[in-house]
Order: sequence, then structure tokens, then C-alpha cells
Amino acid sequence: MKEQLKNNKTKMEVLHEISFTLNEKKVSCKIKASTVLLDLIRDFFELKGTKPGCNEGECGACTVLVNGAPVNSCLFLAVNANGKNITTIEGLTNSDGSLHPVQESLVQHGAVQCGFCTSGMAMSIKALMNQYENSQHVPGEIRSEFPTRDEIKKYLEGNLCRCTGYVKIVDAAEKLFAKED
Amino acid sequence: MQQKNYSQKKINRMKKELKVIGKPIPKQDANIRVTGKAIYGHDIVLPGMLYGAILRTEHPSAIIESIDVSEAKKFPGVICVITADDVDVNNIGYKRDHPILKKGEANCTRDEIAAVAAETKEIALQALKLIKVKYKIRKGVYDAFDALKESAPQINKFISGKFENKNIAEKFHYEHGNLEEEKKKSQHIVTRRFTLPRMTHACMATSNITASYNNVDRKLLLYSSTQVPFLYQRDMAHALKMNPSDIRVIQPVIGGGFGSKLDMHPFEPICALLSIKTGKPVQIIYSREEEFIASPIRQPMVIDLTAGVDKHGNFTFREINIVKDNGAYTSWGATTPFVIMQAFSSLYKLKACRFNAMAVYTNNVFAGSFRGYGNPQATFALERVIDLLADELGMDKAEIRLLNANEKGEVTGQGLLYDTCGHKECLETVISKSHYGKKSLANKDSRHKRGIGLASMLHVGGGAKIYRSDGCGTTLKIDPYGYCTIITGSNEIGQGSETVLAMIASEELGIDLKKIKVINTDTDVKPWDVGVHASRTSFVAGNSLLGAIKILKEKLNRKTAELLKTSHPDFEYSENKIISLKSNESIALDKVVREMHFSQPNELAIASYFYEPSSKFQDKDFKGNVSGTYAFASQAITVEVDTYTGNVKVLDVYVAQDVGKVLNPLLLGGQIEGGILQGVGYALTEELLMHEGRILNPNFHNYKMLTASDTPEIHFYPIETNDKEGPYGAKGVGEAPLIPTAAAIANAVCNALDLEFLELPITPEKVLFAIAEKKRTDKMHSL
Repeated sequence: MKEQLKNNKTKMEVLHEISFTLNEKKVSCKIKASTVLLDLIRDFFELKGTKPGCNEGECGACTVLVNGAPVNSCLFLAVNANGKNITTIEGLTNSDGSLHPVQESLVQHGAVQCGFCTSGMAMSIKALMNQYENSQHVPGEIRSEFPTRDEIKKYLEGNLCRCTGYVKIVDAAEKLFAKED
Repeated sequence: MQQKNYSQKKINRMKKELKVIGKPIPKQDANIRVTGKAIYGHDIVLPGMLYGAILRTEHPSAIIESIDVSEAKKFPGVICVITADDVDVNNIGYKRDHPILKKGEANCTRDEIAAVAAETKEIALQALKLIKVKYKIRKGVYDAFDALKESAPQINKFISGKFENKNIAEKFHYEHGNLEEEKKKSQHIVTRRFTLPRMTHACMATSNITASYNNVDRKLLLYSSTQVPFLYQRDMAHALKMNPSDIRVIQPVIGGGFGSKLDMHPFEPICALLSIKTGKPVQIIYSREEEFIASPIRQPMVIDLTAGVDKHGNFTFREINIVKDNGAYTSWGATTPFVIMQAFSSLYKLKACRFNAMAVYTNNVFAGSFRGYGNPQATFALERVIDLLADELGMDKAEIRLLNANEKGEVTGQGLLYDTCGHKECLETVISKSHYGKKSLANKDSRHKRGIGLASMLHVGGGAKIYRSDGCGTTLKIDPYGYCTIITGSNEIGQGSETVLAMIASEELGIDLKKIKVINTDTDVKPWDVGVHASRTSFVAGNSLLGAIKILKEKLNRKTAELLKTSHPDFEYSENKIISLKSNESIALDKVVREMHFSQPNELAIASYFYEPSSKFQDKDFKGNVSGTYAFASQAITVEVDTYTGNVKVLDVYVAQDVGKVLNPLLLGGQIEGGILQGVGYALTEELLMHEGRILNPNFHNYKMLTASDTPEIHFYPIETNDKEGPYGAKGVGEAPLIPTAAAIANAVCNALDLEFLELPITPEKVLFAIAEKKRTDKMHSL
């Protein structure tokens, strides 16, 4: 990616300067309009935890949070990250290397096998937690305080996993909400 | 005296109480995976690395008249372009019938015509578009039965005419018992033809390799996600005409295997060739579309099965003829009849069996190996026919299975010896837990129909002796700080073998799990092993580790006896200490190791062991006890069919599996659940669709892999038969869970609708068509 940027400069291609928050740090960079967030994260910022599973928005392995909501970073144009708050799996992990409760729950429930879907899965579960945490502050909204098992399953439909059969992943997510409650 | 005996027994029992084995311990390598710190092949970046890309044929069957790479070579940023003319290599594949780069003709939509190495991936892909290939399109052969016709052209020119037909790649014949006699004794005989689809592994990480050739010392370093590194090293050396020891294979973290990485595929030596030509590291990573098109699949096949039953319900004979679509080249997938014939000859007691299978070349994509290795196909056909035989007899479908179930001590017609056998217990468990026959499967309404289906499976559970050795080596080391390093020949592909090995070492040596390291990724370091296949890793690598532990303990015991000034040889290893069982005196393990290292006679706390299972090679008639032990499982599955939409919903899966002994219930559960969902996909949704050699659905949108919402309720009952050959009594578990799933689902759907399905997957279209067809014939009968 860095090489590419050099090449692009010599060709006088138009580059866009963007600034955003990446894992609680302010960053800025110059990118082509066509660069997707996944490539920016993996190749420019060298955060390899976000995984490229299909590059067409089908598998969810590349899920990151944009302002707390989950997106397939392979389809998200990086220029749209300007001014936003991006969180990747590296940002979910505590700064001292200890695990976030989502990660801890996935490990303890045996929800990790090959692990290639795990980053995206963890970010989606975090997004679901965000949704429920935020929703508590919406007055008058009719909604339970934590999602049912079927709601969790539905929410994770966009994240494919070939190893686990999802049971332990859903267990891990369900337990998180039970604990919170 | 009696009193003393009693207490001695008690002590023995206490000694045998397991502290680590059998506990739900999370995967030891889960933390690095869940934080994104694990380095997969996709994450490797080497200094000066180039990006490789492969040009595949435009036509599944064509003469290649010319290839012009001149424009591609001139494109800025392109470092190297290769075609078959630029390389001196051998064919690959176990029949050596597969050229790495194709010349003269294309026979399959995957065919590699040329490859590019460039400064960026984008440039490499651009350069592919500048390569001009002139094709003369031929009419291909896309059906195995067409390929067997006299008029068919010879598809693969690299295999000499070993068989009566030019397009037969491989043949298997097996039989036992007096088939004609048993036919006569049969009260009912059922004949059916079953058609099985192409299913693909769809590993979450696409195929990848990074090759780094050092042209100074002429050594090749490969970062490869192979699941059989030592066979791969040898295959690569043969392909590239190199010395195997000049090739070092390092396995980065692997994002899914399931059998897809058993064969070496052309992109791997191509990547090595690009690195050799350029003297730089080169990386090839498949796109998802390329993964669907150019990675292996489960064998499609047509199974003709005739089976009989006597008037009491005893199975009499089975006659099987299988035609497998081999595709254009031969992979390990062609050898799946080894396993298929075991299911037909030895699942349930059987007096006579005659089995014929052939793999036939076509211009379709070639099949590889896939979890279950032919067994899901066989079990689908067999268990479907058992239901039909029961119907013919008017016998209960559970009863007929219990009557014929395999038993402990049985030696099957094929010579498989069932030292332990949980088949009957598995069946009884799922029959009782699912309330089979008792619980009325009340339909919600006339639109939604419910059904229940049963199926069992038999699979190797202690490796499979198909290579010269089915062994595994271990080198075990304890360092002066009391940490233990297990250097094992076996591999971790996500299944949890590292954790199980660490647990065994922790159990036996009394060392904390946190102080145990497993080294298993480097062919320059680790001892020999066949690889991950045949559900063998815990069994074979576990036994190998136990052998090494025994040797190392003898050394440690000697030093401990010297240090504790005791002649009593009985020691217990616990909490990082060695304790004398006689005096109760103890000494820290790390101190013993330091004394071994630094005092006379100065020796290392290291031991090596090579374990070879007791299994035997089968003779030329495929008879013999091919595995150290055998795994059995039964599943009872309930479904609900929406007769308006044709959708089948799997409700509950009751699964009982003879696992020998539960080593880690958390990891075991993961294997069971993951396997079952793959089996549900095979039964209902997954099919790689092909038309005239081209794949029509090379993406997740149109190839329907199941999601979290599709997961049924899975009720798992492990059956412990404590096999004397297995580590702590354990058997292989990895493949078994998916093997009977499709069969049980098919039986449940047939049960729900009172209809027959002879093909997988059972898609909504097929369900609706069958319902309409039944209505039509019912009407005709009533007229």
C-alpha cells in the first residue's frame, strides 16, 4: 500500500487527505478515492487483525466498528472514514493486552477454532452490545434489556464461520448479556 | 489382608484420577486468535515481496494454439511472467497426471496457463489481462457416463492405459462372503441410484502461499497452509526437481482445512517457481471467487446400491457400483473408495458385499479430499436403503438398526477388528433421547410437516494405514526453569491439537498448562508425521507424546532418586514438583532438570519417541485391520418441512458418538457442532453448480453456506468405550460428526413427506417438485 501510494503520486493521481480516530488515536493519511477501509487498515496502518474473507461483503470476517456500528470494511470506502471513529479488533483488546469481555467470553466458551472469522465475529458481538447499551437511554422504546438467543443468531447472520457450527459463538454472546444484566 | 487390598485399590484409583484430561479447558491458542495477533498466510509481508497472480483458461476444453506474454512483460511493475515453456518441472498429483502449467490444451476451467509476479497485486492482475491466448474451443465431456463411452476423447493424456477404458483414472474392487447365496436368502431386495453433489470446503481463509527462494544457498522457504507438511515437502521437491531437504515448510496459522489442504495444488509450485525465477519472495492469495473455482471439492458421484434383508430383518448382502466424476486430474480424492468401501462392508453386520468403484476423467473441476473422505456419500446411500428395507419388511426403522448394529469383538468381512464398539449404545442413546417412535411428531398444521430420521456411521478412529507409516514423532524437552516444550510432528489447523497435547503433558508431568509450549510448524525442526487426516491427530500424536513422556520420566526419576537419596522408584508428578510416594518428600521439577544439566553425568532433559499404530496395511483385496481403532456414531434428527415453500428446517439433532474417552469436552463439542452444521449444509443447501465445465455460483451469495440462524438444537451424548489403543482410551473424533447428518436429515424429510429423495442437497425446488409429483401420481391412482 505504501509503495502504491508512491506510484500513485508519480502518476499525479488525485489523493484525498482524511483524518479519523482509529482505536482511540487520531490519524490522518492520503488515499485514492477507490481505497477501501479494509486495505487501509491492513496495509497502510498494518493492523492485520481484521481479516479479508471474501472482499465482497458476504462473510463478515472484515467487520469493524464505524462510530460503534458494524460495517464490512471491504465494502466501505476509506474516504468515508473521514471524521469518524473506527474500532478494529486491536482496539477492542485492552491496552495492557488483556482481553475485552467479548474476547474473554469467546475464549472461555470454546468459540474459537481456526479463528479467521473470530475478529469479525467479536466486533459484531461488540456492536450488538453497543446497540443494547445505547438503547437503554432511549425513553419510551419498547425493547427488552438484552437480546434473546434468536435475536443474537439473527444479528450474527452476516458473519460466516465454517468451523464451529456457531453454537459456542452464540453461547459466548448470550452469556455476555446475561452477565450484564 | 482384605483391608490392605482395599486401601491399595483406593490408592490406585486416586493415582489414576485425572486432573487435566477430561476438563473443559479453552484452546491454548485462542487468545492470540481472538485478539487478531495470530499470523495467517494473508498477514505475511516479507522484505521485497512480490505479488503473484495466475491466468486460468477461458474455456474448460480447448486447444491452446498460442500464448503471447510480451505485452504483460512490458507492463511497468511486472517482474516476471511464466508459462509452461519457461519451466522445467514434473507433473503433480498422486497419479502424476497433472501439469503445473498447462501446455497445448486446457481440460478444466481451473487450468493454469501463465503466472505473473509484480510489485503490487493490482499490477499483477492488470498484467494477466495483457496476456493473449489463442484457443480452439473443443466440445468437452462433462458427464462421467459420457466419458466412459467408446466415442469419448481421451481427456487426460498423462496416464497410461492401465484400465479397460481410456478415461478411467482409478478403480477399486472389493468383496466378501457369498453374494449369490445371500441374495437367495433375502426376503426383500431394494435397488436405488443415488446422486451426490459437489460441495466445497469454503475455508474462511482463502488458499495462500508465500514462497521465498534464496538463490545464494539455493534453498526454498515456503509459508504454506498445507495440512500434511512432510508429504508436501516431498511432492514439492518432486515437482520442482529439488532435494526435499532444501525445502523448508513453515505453517503460519491456518484458517480452516477440512481436507482441502491434503493435496498440493498447482498454485503452490507456481508461486515457488516465480520466487526461484525472481530471487524474491512471492505471495499468492486467492480471491474468494478463485477459491470457489480453483480449490478442491467433495467428490460428486453416482452410487448404485442393491441391498437385501432376510425375513428376520438381518442384513444379507450389499452390491455397490460407484462412478465418481474425477474431473480432469487425479487428486487424493480419487482414493476415497478406501473409506467408502469400509462403510458399505462393515457398518452394521453384513454377510456378503461386492463393491466396485471407479473414478472417471471429465472436463469438470477435479475433486479433492473433504472431511469424511467419501463416507458422507456412502452413509447417505446406505442409511436411506436401510429405511426402505425396513419399510418393505414392515419393521421399525430403529429396531432393524439395533438388530444389525456392530458389536465389540466383531471382525468384519473386511477384517476390521472392533476391539471396542459403541455402535449399539450410540443407537440406543439417540433412540431414547429423541423419544423415537414415542413422541408423536405432531404437525403444527397441514402446511408444516414434521419427520424424524436415524443414521449411524463407522469411521477410522485410530489413524489409517494408507501411507508406509501412519506414525508421528515427538521430541519433548524440559528446560532449567521447569517449562516444557513439545516438538511434535503433528499440525494445528484450528481443531485444537495443540491444546490436547499440552493437556496430556500437563497431566503426566504435573506442569502448569501455561508453562507448556507446543512447536509444530516447521519441517526443519519437527520430527516426521503423516499429517492431519483420518481424524488421527489426538490419537497418534497423543500416543507419541505419551511415549516420549515415559522415556523422559525414566531419566527424571533416576535423578530424583539420586537427589532424594531413595531407591524407591515410585514418584508422582504434581504442581511442578516430583514427589516420592514412599517418603512424601518432594523436589521442584526445575531443580531436577538443573541438576541433570549441571551435575555429573550432565545430560539433557530431552526424550524422543516415534509412535506407529498397531494397524496393518490392507492386502491387495483391501482386507485387513487398517486403523488402530474405529469410531461409531448415531444421529436422530427431527425436521419440519414447509410444504408451501419447500423449505426444510432442522429442529433437533440428537448425536451419540463413541469417542473412546472425552479428552476435552469443550473442544469435543466444537468438533461435533461444527461437523453437524457442515452436514446440514451438505443435506440441504450446499452445491457447487456447474454447467459445461464452468462453475455458476462462485460466491457466498449463491453458494449457500449456513449461518448462525440455521443452527439446529444439538444434543450431544459422548459414549466412552475406553479403547486400550487410544491415549487415555480416546478415539479420533474430527470427521465423524458430519458423516451421518445428511443421511439422517434425508431420512427425516422422507419420513415427514412420505416421499423418496435420492439426491443431495434436498433444496426447496426438489421438495416442491416431489410433492407435486406425488399429488399427480396419487390422483392417477385414485382415478
